[in-house]
Amino acid sequence: MRLVFAALAGAIFGAGLLVSGMTDTVKVQGWLDVFGDWDPTLAFVMGGAILPMALAWRVAARRERQGAGPVLGGAYPARSTLGITRDLAIGSVLFGMGWALAGLCPGPAMASLGYGGAGGLVFLLAMVAGMVVAPAVRARLRAGTAG
Amino acid sequence: MDAAWGYGFLGGLMIGSAAAIYLLVNGRIMGASGIVGELVDRSGRETAAERLVFLAALIGVPWAIAAAAGGAETHLTGNWAVIVAAGLLVGLGTRLANGCTSGHGVCGISRLSPRGIVATVLYVLAGGVTMAFCRHWLGGI
Repeated sequence: MRLVFAALAGAIFGAGLLVSGMTDTVKVQGWLDVFGDWDPTLAFVMGGAILPMALAWRVAARRERQGAGPVLGGAYPARSTLGITRDLAIGSVLFGMGWALAGLCPGPAMASLGYGGAGGLVFLLAMVAGMVVAPAVRARLRAGTAG
Repeated sequence: MDAAWGYGFLGGLMIGSAAAIYLLVNGRIMGASGIVGELVDRSGRETAAERLVFLAALIGVPWAIAAAAGGAETHLTGNWAVIVAAGLLVGLGTRLANGCTSGHGVCGISRLSPRGIVATVLYVLAGGVTMAFCRHWLGGI
């Protein structure tokens, strides 16, 4: 059952990314291009996505108070206790730079893999490579703080 | 009012509904970079099947819809150096920050998570500055 609902979520997520236009890099770059021909579409996507999710968090909180967890068992994801860290800030800035350069973030990069051509595949491979080196970079950042 | 804004909102509702299903039924955060990243660093080994099925649908369904609709266009740059640099930055950055547009943006903001809100402000700002610098100063991308 977990797999069925994971597939359902992935399917609706992917279809939503395509319908919203977020797998079109021109729309994403247009949103970030404040000094050019600014495209507000991404704000409508974000607003539309946050509405059902805000409701879902309320339902989760209510169920938790009643001693119930997710439908298929287990517990709801705990809030991170990390707070605002240097890794969060540096990582978000690096991510934003890459997001602007290509107009792709991880979700759309995968959703468009089937029709994104060789460029889309190369982006995804480079993204995975970036994920592979991330632990080493994180360790270096830690060492830098200590020294 | 632009038709694209309406499609954006509709697609957004779908994205948020998918995240709501993943939270309320499976008890998980629908964050694209985390679902892939924890397969890459193998910390998500125990939930690998759930992740792989999610990713298969995430890739396969838009592919099928685009094929049925006669194709979709990503308008991705043809500059390979830019593609590789952007991919590396997105992969590295989202793992350092523990989230991307779906995890920190959609799931974090809707939970009023301070980390999600700060991350989103920072990646949008960094993206805006990068875009201004590259497009209006260097004249490229």
